[in-house]
Amino acid sequence: MILLLERRTSPSRAMTFLSPVLAIGVTVMIGGVIFSALGLYPLKALYLYFVEPLTSLWSIEEIIVKAAPLVLIGVGLSICYTANVWNIGAEGQLTVGALFGAAIPIYFTGWQSPLVLVLMLALGAVGGALFAAIPALLKTRFNANEILTSLMLVYVAQYLLDWLVRGPWRDPQGYNFPQSVPFEGWQLLPTLGDGRVHIGAMLAIVVALILFVMMGRSLRGFEIRVIGSAPRAGAFAGFAEKRVIWFCFILSGALAGMAGLCEVAGPSGQLQPTISPGYGFTAIIVAFLGRLNPVGVIFAGILLAISYLGGEAVQVEFNISDKSAQVFQGILLFLILACDTLIHYRIRFVSRKVKQA
Amino acid sequence: MSGNGSSGFLLEARNITKTFGDLRANDDVTLALKPGEIHALLGENGAGKSTLVKIIYGSLQPTEGQLLWKGKPVSIANPAAARALGIGMVFQHFSLFDSLTVLQNVALALPPKSNMAELSQRIESVSADYGLPLQPDALVADLSVGERQRIEIVRCLLQEPQLLTMDEPTAVLTPQEADRLFVTLRRLAEEGCAILYISHRLEEVRRLCDDATILRQGKMVARVDPKQETASSLANLMVGSEVGAVKAETRDRSGTAMLELRGLSLPTDDPFGVALKGIDLSIESGEIVAIAGVAGNGQAELFDAISGEALCPSADMVQLAAHACGGESITARRRRNAAFVPEERIGHGAISSFALSENVILTHHAVGSGLVRRGLINRTAAEDMNKRITETFDVRKGKPDPNAHSLSGGNLQKFVVGREIARDPDILVINQPTWGVDAGAARLIRQALIDMARRGAAVLVISQDLDEIFEVADRIAVISRGELSPAYPAAEMTPERIGLLMAGAHEHTATSMAPGA
Repeated sequence: MILLLERRTSPSRAMTFLSPVLAIGVTVMIGGVIFSALGLYPLKALYLYFVEPLTSLWSIEEIIVKAAPLVLIGVGLSICYTANVWNIGAEGQLTVGALFGAAIPIYFTGWQSPLVLVLMLALGAVGGALFAAIPALLKTRFNANEILTSLMLVYVAQYLLDWLVRGPWRDPQGYNFPQSVPFEGWQLLPTLGDGRVHIGAMLAIVVALILFVMMGRSLRGFEIRVIGSAPRAGAFAGFAEKRVIWFCFILSGALAGMAGLCEVAGPSGQLQPTISPGYGFTAIIVAFLGRLNPVGVIFAGILLAISYLGGEAVQVEFNISDKSAQVFQGILLFLILACDTLIHYRIRFVSRKVKQA
Repeated sequence: MSGNGSSGFLLEARNITKTFGDLRANDDVTLALKPGEIHALLGENGAGKSTLVKIIYGSLQPTEGQLLWKGKPVSIANPAAARALGIGMVFQHFSLFDSLTVLQNVALALPPKSNMAELSQRIESVSADYGLPLQPDALVADLSVGERQRIEIVRCLLQEPQLLTMDEPTAVLTPQEADRLFVTLRRLAEEGCAILYISHRLEEVRRLCDDATILRQGKMVARVDPKQETASSLANLMVGSEVGAVKAETRDRSGTAMLELRGLSLPTDDPFGVALKGIDLSIESGEIVAIAGVAGNGQAELFDAISGEALCPSADMVQLAAHACGGESITARRRRNAAFVPEERIGHGAISSFALSENVILTHHAVGSGLVRRGLINRTAAEDMNKRITETFDVRKGKPDPNAHSLSGGNLQKFVVGREIARDPDILVINQPTWGVDAGAARLIRQALIDMARRGAAVLVISQDLDEIFEVADRIAVISRGELSPAYPAAEMTPERIGLLMAGAHEHTATSMAPGA
């Protein structure tokens, strides 16, 4: 018996939807194996990981808080990846967006007006977009690989943040802790109800729906799909590949920047040396798990938010590293990409080789 | 070099079937060759010729069926095993290193311990012997396509094959180069070497071959003596239905130049590209001008310069409807009511993973076809437009709006051409209109081009197919190494004259090239 991968005559529609489901299923199974190898009860651990976060109001709110940035960044990345533009540096764009927006409460500490919040959001978007413009420029002008440039700029942004919160932007009354002044009043995002869920969640949903319509109905969305599928045909249609590269970087950078601002003006309420637990990287998985479809990204964002909470839960319960969440996310991305093979190929079992005369 | 099996056949392929997934590329095909015969393998693109040849050369294994070499069953596991038996193969696409000499390229294909000085002598003697003159020390990069093919053939001959397989050998040759090749092939056959000759050029098969096996959709449909057939009877066997002739009527020339190229020069930064040099051409409305030429002489670059995918250094190098637009984008040129059909259907003219209606949007989005309003796409209008195009041009498809990749080459080409003609353009530029297309679709496309010109459009056809050029063109020009000959009335042109021009007779830089050299 040998296994053969055989090309399908046309891509399987069913597999397009089944592939992420299959990937999630296999991830859970592998997770069970890892837990039992660690000497834990696999079922209990999996329950803690994937089910318990859904059982209390507090943790459901927390899922939404974590899903909001993932969705906001993920929809931007899904459009990049549709266009074959590989922005891997959303984490850096998130950081710079947060820095731009945070400059307002840090330099104008006492300023209180609804305008402050609008300005902070706008500056967040501008910061992220400007930082994303660097790999866009390097790509369009010098043909530099954007995977490398955007990824390396993440570390530049993180050291910039680190220097600012330990140096010039440190709170003078903060007992030398590396953090900025706490934001207050209109410098913070309004919350929905009295919990921790802020308007960033609504923003993410609205942006996802707008981009869904853009990709499905508008000429701009068509242009992005054409350039991503066949650049030569795109040039023939009169679409400029460089313009699409710029558009994708600016859009995804602005959304990542806004997500970063929402973190510092939402859950954190001030600048700290770490703004996100890797939302910018996890959003890459969100984009693929959501089939590069903005509405799919909403659901994928919720799922990966659960994995963050689950990671915290097993950390508390079993005293294992919260890096286990990243292990799960890595396995999941690997399996999504692997299962996507089944969209174009089917597996066949063949009984030995055809006779060797 | 002679077969000695009991049946007298050198090679027999019996009841060969090869499946790829759902596709039966070969379905119960039988082929038999005698020593010393030149046997044609005929069929349209996708008929299964290449699959059969790859099985014979050991690159593919048959799903069912049996190969016999000199009457004994054999299994040919890989090309090395095929060569050990005495089967040589000259591919359509050469596998040569440009930066190496002829000698080095040949040595690479032989066992590593070969003596270079001795090999150099053998190359010279074999090549001179068979009328394939080659300088062992010449750099491949400096050689013409015909000379490169000689290297491939000599490389095969050094291994003293008993069966030589040639895949479309004349596709890249001028008529004169092809004639010289035929002399060599006949000589080889007289010495007892069998030749399996793959082509879809029917006239040359009739001249050269003693026997022909015809494939259609993976099945063997006939075995005939090509000398007893006509080109059209062979075509009918390949296509499976009567192929009518295109009818041209006398044309009505209005005398206004619609498409003009003035001293079009365009350097190239692609090491494999061809620079265009001082191209002049004028096409009036109502006229079809064809540009003949061997592939890779600047056709693609010329198409890009006219379509606007490549911009010209000076605006008046390209004039559409008396507007200098050498610096305008392809969209701006489409708005001047020009239409373009590139050579590559998939990935350039159309996107395989997109529905046909979406492929309509590709070239209609900016030209007032009503498919896009305020940045939003009207899908219903695109679907209606697709329905109209596919009905008018007889595009056969399973679903009303399938993805482009599910169409056969001929049907997709009808769609791509129909999509542009549906705009009723004043100017149409089309590169290789019927490349790899079945005869029925080719006829329909050529007729559509003629009808368009009769309605008053200026049509530029770039083609490698001389039969096609003589069928449709009012005037014929020839492109060679980026230079274009003047366009002569079709009635004054003959294949021989075109051949001379293809070999560079008009080039300003070329030294005189005698056809027999």
